[in-house]
Amino acid sequence: MTQAEQRGGSRRALVTGASRGIGAAVATRLSHAGHRVALSSRGGAGELAEKLGGADIRADVSTADGVEAAVSAAEEGLGGSVEILVNCAGITNDGLLARMQDEDWEDLLATNLTSVMRTSRRVLRGMMKARWGRIVNVGSVVGAIGNPGQTAYAATKAGIVGFSKALAKEVASRKITVNVVAPGYIETDMTSALSEAQRAVALSQVAMGRFGEPHEVAGAVAYLVSEEASYVSGSVLTVDGGMGAG
Amino acid sequence: MERSEILETVRKLAVETLEVDGDAVVETAVFADDLDADSLDLVELVMALEEAFDISVPEEELEDIETVGQVIDLVQAKLG
Repeated sequence: MTQAEQRGGSRRALVTGASRGIGAAVATRLSHAGHRVALSSRGGAGELAEKLGGADIRADVSTADGVEAAVSAAEEGLGGSVEILVNCAGITNDGLLARMQDEDWEDLLATNLTSVMRTSRRVLRGMMKARWGRIVNVGSVVGAIGNPGQTAYAATKAGIVGFSKALAKEVASRKITVNVVAPGYIETDMTSALSEAQRAVALSQVAMGRFGEPHEVAGAVAYLVSEEASYVSGSVLTVDGGMGAG
Repeated sequence: MERSEILETVRKLAVETLEVDGDAVVETAVFADDLDADSLDLVELVMALEEAFDISVPEEELEDIETVGQVIDLVQAKLG
């Protein structure tokens, strides 16, 4: 018996937003756990996909066609229906609401929230048939506590929580779990866009006094998709160095 | 397509997706009571029927479905 089998077998996993940041760490972690991984991203995951022996899928999950293309390619690359879905694809476009354009709001909703609905809907049938499935959506601590300049981002991330809880209840009888991992400030391209001053303010909010690493979020995802987490559904696992505490 | 042919397919798929005895799948069988099927079961069955008959059934048409006979009506109407 291989290690993967001891842990509940090798599953077919699709990770969106997998070319960098948290998504790349999740894809790496799931691959190391013995799962077959399909990496979806707008620009392709290139070397990472090659290194992991995973399917490299170029697709824009902010559109209906993009989701269909991503999941179809994943099914083909993995040799069957998706058993584990991890939605990491996400963007932010910070700015005060007073100056926000409707298009900014709509872009963010399409990429961060509508994509989660569409990918989940698309993989559900296979999971229902298999009577097993794991969906983990990456939210944000900002969805729970808010952050000035991130009204749209916070709304999408809070939306992910409500969506995940409702879906968790819909499909619980099929042994499909749906959970959210809510990271705080993590060292990624997204947070590298912060100015020094913004970074200092951010750090002052984190009890641990440091930004997290993508692999620290991936560990939480790996738990939620494992057999061990079979009774965990509709929950939000916060990974934020104590930022949201209290 | 003959009604009896559709019933045969519905029976086969119901046995698979609802894990019920084939003999229980008759036209008058009520999904919720006789086949112990919840709304998710019904959705699953209809998705399987969509695939088997190459038809498309919008969500709102599922709302009033209670019996196996009604499912056969639906499939028959779709097949024209």
